[in-house]
Amino acid sequence: MAGRNRAVRVVVTVVVTICLLVAIWEGYKWFGQQTNDLVPGTGIELPVSTDDLTMPHALDIVGELAGDVRDGRSTLPMTLYLLKKAWFTLQEAAIGFTLGLVIGLALAVVMLRWRVVERGLLPWVNVSQTVPLIALAPIVVTWGRQQDLPDLFSISLIATYLTFFPVAVSALRGLKSPDAAHVELMRSYAASWGTTLVKLRLPAARAFLFPALKVAATLSVVGAIVGEISIGTKTGLGRAILEFAQRYAVFPERLYAAVIGSAVLGLAVFGLVNLAERWLEGRKRGVVT
Amino acid sequence: MTMRILAKLAASVTAVALLAGACGSDDPVVGTGDCDTVDSASLQLQWVTQAQFAGYYAAVDQGIYDKYCLDVTILEGGVDIVPQQQLASGAVDFAVSWVPKALVSREEGADIVNVAQVFQRSGTLQVSWADSGINGPADLAGKVVGNWGWGNEFELLAGAHQAGLDPSSDFELVGQSFDMLALLTGEIDAAQAMIYNEYAQVLEAVNPDTGSLYTEDDLSVIDWNDEGTAMLQDAIWADGARLANEDYQDLTTRFVAGSLEGWAYCRDNGGKCVDIVLDNGSALGASHQAWQMNEINGLIWPSSDGVGMMDGGLWAQTVDVATSQPILSAAPDAGAYTTEYAEAALKILNGRGMDTTGKNWQRVSVTLNPGGE
Repeated sequence: MAGRNRAVRVVVTVVVTICLLVAIWEGYKWFGQQTNDLVPGTGIELPVSTDDLTMPHALDIVGELAGDVRDGRSTLPMTLYLLKKAWFTLQEAAIGFTLGLVIGLALAVVMLRWRVVERGLLPWVNVSQTVPLIALAPIVVTWGRQQDLPDLFSISLIATYLTFFPVAVSALRGLKSPDAAHVELMRSYAASWGTTLVKLRLPAARAFLFPALKVAATLSVVGAIVGEISIGTKTGLGRAILEFAQRYAVFPERLYAAVIGSAVLGLAVFGLVNLAERWLEGRKRGVVT
Repeated sequence: MTMRILAKLAASVTAVALLAGACGSDDPVVGTGDCDTVDSASLQLQWVTQAQFAGYYAAVDQGIYDKYCLDVTILEGGVDIVPQQQLASGAVDFAVSWVPKALVSREEGADIVNVAQVFQRSGTLQVSWADSGINGPADLAGKVVGNWGWGNEFELLAGAHQAGLDPSSDFELVGQSFDMLALLTGEIDAAQAMIYNEYAQVLEAVNPDTGSLYTEDDLSVIDWNDEGTAMLQDAIWADGARLANEDYQDLTTRFVAGSLEGWAYCRDNGGKCVDIVLDNGSALGASHQAWQMNEINGLIWPSSDGVGMMDGGLWAQTVDVATSQPILSAAPDAGAYTTEYAEAALKILNGRGMDTTGKNWQRVSVTLNPGGE
């Protein structure tokens, strides 16, 4: 009963949010059309012009999502087309996320174990995120091709690059989070460093890790899409965005449709991590009782 | 008696013929699909799949590369991929690149060599509205002139300079995105356009005054081929250091031959090549690709010296324009291009009785649909 209630609440919230967004979009557009894209009574231009090219009607974007698009020699419903592309991007994101998770956790454990490593490495982990991806992409793909790795993997590495960072930083904080009393208790049991890590520190890190994983999951999708655009692939949402961007002057709604597709994929992986967290929480509770 | 001699003679002739035949299978004739082994080769394109690269896709799709014992992987370009750098780093075996851009990389130390000059003409135009009064480079004076930058503006700058204009003061040079929006909305007077891409995009747009598509009569075009400042564009580039190696020489000959045969196929089967391009995942419209295929054929054919051969005059013109602008500091050395591989390829193709000059090729008329669909 409670579960059903919650589901209803979620659906209502989502519907209301979408309606609100559409209302703001269309309201702003209507307003701009009335005032010729000027702030009333002044000569100041509105930040975004409201013509159909820059801001197509929400209904037209929905219509594009419901319509057909060319896929090779045949046509396909836009939703199916985006799903196909999203499936490819999801694979890249999944590889990138998994690698990022492993590398991030490994870095955190190593930095926890040796303070000197933390002092030496942590600044570089921070600096790594200031390197623009467009500088990284050619390096990664050139290296990957020299190793005979498929471009899909190079794109995944770009997603990895974005995801390991929140994982490493949050995991380190989480691993350090247990009270000194608890650590001392473990020590009094003569527990090894490894046992303390597995029995005390890792469970404690969970509360820090899951928020980071949610960020990392959406970042992995962003990384995969950016990688696709930089490196070039035959398929994927990034490729779709690139092609629709080229045709923006003719079909602006399509680019918006592809962007919505990317956002939905980002939300989906966010939801997956949420589910994984709930499942783990449930198991923990089961163990306690 | 004479009968027996004749019979013996016939037998020995047969034996020799059989022997020769046996030798033939040991030493495969190039381009017949008689392969002992198959070599893999990769080709880096400048951009995503479109009819600009139809010849290579056709050579894969139609099994033409197979006949040359090649397994070719085509790598599409991305926003951050520079084909000649992928080639120089050893990440790919061959690359398609414009001549001036590749020469800049070569001057910076990339050891790359032009082994086949596929496009014999430049596809770059400067497009304005017919009523703008811009009919030649001299008319650009005082106008807002769009260009893409990144090395795409050299022909325009040289053309303006030749017409006695100073690009820094006589007109306003503005950056332009890869769509024709700025021309359509009147933000710029003359827009840069490839004849096989952006030019068609204007013709796929609806003229609000008439309610139907714009026509070529609405437009005025400056064609750099006519102005004498055109620069050579799509060519096949190979790795200069590896060309010292016999295996790579052989690979290059076969790759060039297969690619040129692919282009000959697209000359004679334009419609089929459009389908091949669409099958390889283009979300761009069918009529747009048909237009592009036709115009690309127009940049290649006719090739009076044979497809893939370098036009020495146009090479000199390209170098002249590049050195008169701050593009190249000096003319490239003689090793920047070689016709050795194109010649070897043409020998193979001509030997099979193929038309390698396309002197009878005729432009077809393509009807563009709204949005290029």
